[in-house]
Amino acid sequence: MKMKLMALSLALMGIIASCTKDKENDTPTGNGVVKLEFFNNVGSSILNLDNQWYLNEHGDSFKVSKLNYYISNIKLNATYNPYTETESYHLVQQSDASSRAFDLATVPAGTYTGLTFTIGVDSLRNVSGAQTGALDPTNGMFWSWNTGYIMFKMEGTSPQSGQLDKGLVFHFGGFSGANSVLRTVTLNFATPIKVTTSGENHVHITGDLLALFKSPNIINFANTSSVQMPGAEAKGMADNYANMFTVTYAGL
Amino acid sequence: MKKIWLCITLAVGVGWLSTVGCKKDTISPDSEEPIAFSVPVGWPAPSYTFANNKLTQDGFTLGRKLFYDGRLSRDNSVSCGSCHQQFSGFAHLDHPISHGINNLLGTRNTPGLSNMAWHPAFFWDGGVNNLESQPINPIENHVEMDMTLPEIITRLNTDADYKKRFKAAFGDETINSQRIFKALAQFMGAMVSADSKYDRYVKGEAEFTDQEKTGLTVFRQKCGGCHAEPLFSDFSYRNNGLLPDPLVNDTGRAHITREVTDKYKFRVPPLRNVAVTKPYMHDGRITTLEAAVERYRSGIFASPTLDPALTGGITMTDADKQAIVSFLHTLTDTAFLHDARFAEPK
Repeated sequence: MKMKLMALSLALMGIIASCTKDKENDTPTGNGVVKLEFFNNVGSSILNLDNQWYLNEHGDSFKVSKLNYYISNIKLNATYNPYTETESYHLVQQSDASSRAFDLATVPAGTYTGLTFTIGVDSLRNVSGAQTGALDPTNGMFWSWNTGYIMFKMEGTSPQSGQLDKGLVFHFGGFSGANSVLRTVTLNFATPIKVTTSGENHVHITGDLLALFKSPNIINFANTSSVQMPGAEAKGMADNYANMFTVTYAGL
Repeated sequence: MKKIWLCITLAVGVGWLSTVGCKKDTISPDSEEPIAFSVPVGWPAPSYTFANNKLTQDGFTLGRKLFYDGRLSRDNSVSCGSCHQQFSGFAHLDHPISHGINNLLGTRNTPGLSNMAWHPAFFWDGGVNNLESQPINPIENHVEMDMTLPEIITRLNTDADYKKRFKAAFGDETINSQRIFKALAQFMGAMVSADSKYDRYVKGEAEFTDQEKTGLTVFRQKCGGCHAEPLFSDFSYRNNGLLPDPLVNDTGRAHITREVTDKYKFRVPPLRNVAVTKPYMHDGRITTLEAAVERYRSGIFASPTLDPALTGGITMTDADKQAIVSFLHTLTDTAFLHDARFAEPK
């Protein structure tokens, strides 16, 4: 109880202090909300799990049954005071709409020009033992025999697949050295967003799955249909998924 | 070094006192000797420090219950303790390869367990980098426990005793994978074996026979480069010249790194309690300690990744070999093998 009172009075003091400052400097104060939402597309179509055929850059047909990836260490960029989310680990799963949208709930008021995030889970959390929340191994994004997170997972089928069952299994992991599949992406907003204590900003980030098979490395499913350990293949496709995201909306 | 020892002892001591302080929350029997973790004199700092997983009596005993619980396997038949037997230094006596559920066989020998807080990585190929991440591997492996983590959590949630224990260890009844792994890490990390005849000899508290003394000298010259004291491993990965089994063709460390230069390399096993952990080698192909030592003299198979120190085998006389074997027997820590705190609860 005492602690709570103390925290409350500290917070009040903080507010009073910052209010005074506000009058003096006319800088915005308080925190606002930025709602991030991830959309997964295949070219210009919305990704439809299981039921739709798509065509990759090489000309191979494919269907998608699963698409999951980690987004971590999100930062809102600003000329003066960038914002860094703490404990910033999000597992985006196409099959679960609620996982694709989340709030940055305590962004200090100010103007932000874009965002930076990592596709995957930083190396430190790959060596730090038992984790929970988005990083809980029960999410099926963790390798037990060769410790580390599966940063990006796509599964599906293709008649061109080199596998007997015509499956596509892409599990990309590896957090250290030359084989790291961690990719950091910086995207600018078309117009900077103004975060205030009232009104919520929305940022839509669209991932185009075709990019995974396109550039710089064109993927031919006859040759590459199953990647399930760190190595050159995973790294090459990580170079591709580094290019898959764009900001398609940023504003109130 | 002393500072670290003191800090850890203090931390554990305080943790234990606080547990004792709140009697109504603790469920460990009063009769039990309290668990503690300290760094033996002369040992390096451990890799696993309990910094983010404070060792407590309730956390430790919860870890022990989990370690010996067959419900962690799909058909309830295999616990960690099924293949890690205390009397065998937590190895699987006389089993080259252990049997998992449905008597399925893997490809590698069950290693003994002790001093895991000092191990920088786990398994014969070093694929796992943290003590807390270690248990997922055997739990999910289809030829070992073939279990899923969500199913374990469901099963434990139906057991009131577990709920009580999770509350005592972690503050509330929530059972999740992180708490399961932290409890197991408390149990496994606290397993310290540092009271063998060798340890007492080094401290000047026990006498070696002449043969044991010779054995220690020869061992240091000919084996200590890899099996470095005090843990009796330098935790490197080396090809020790075993002819690969053509049916299994286990490439060892290369399985993790995918580097050709790591083919057929395996972790140098720590030798504590080695006399009771037979059979030997990563696939358990050698049945006696004498034969294991002899192999380094006369049974080295040359291949491109063979450890250079083993080229042509290790030169030793018959007397040297016998002395090494008798020295290796001094690494048996009887107190550890019979420590009730590590035993299956009755």
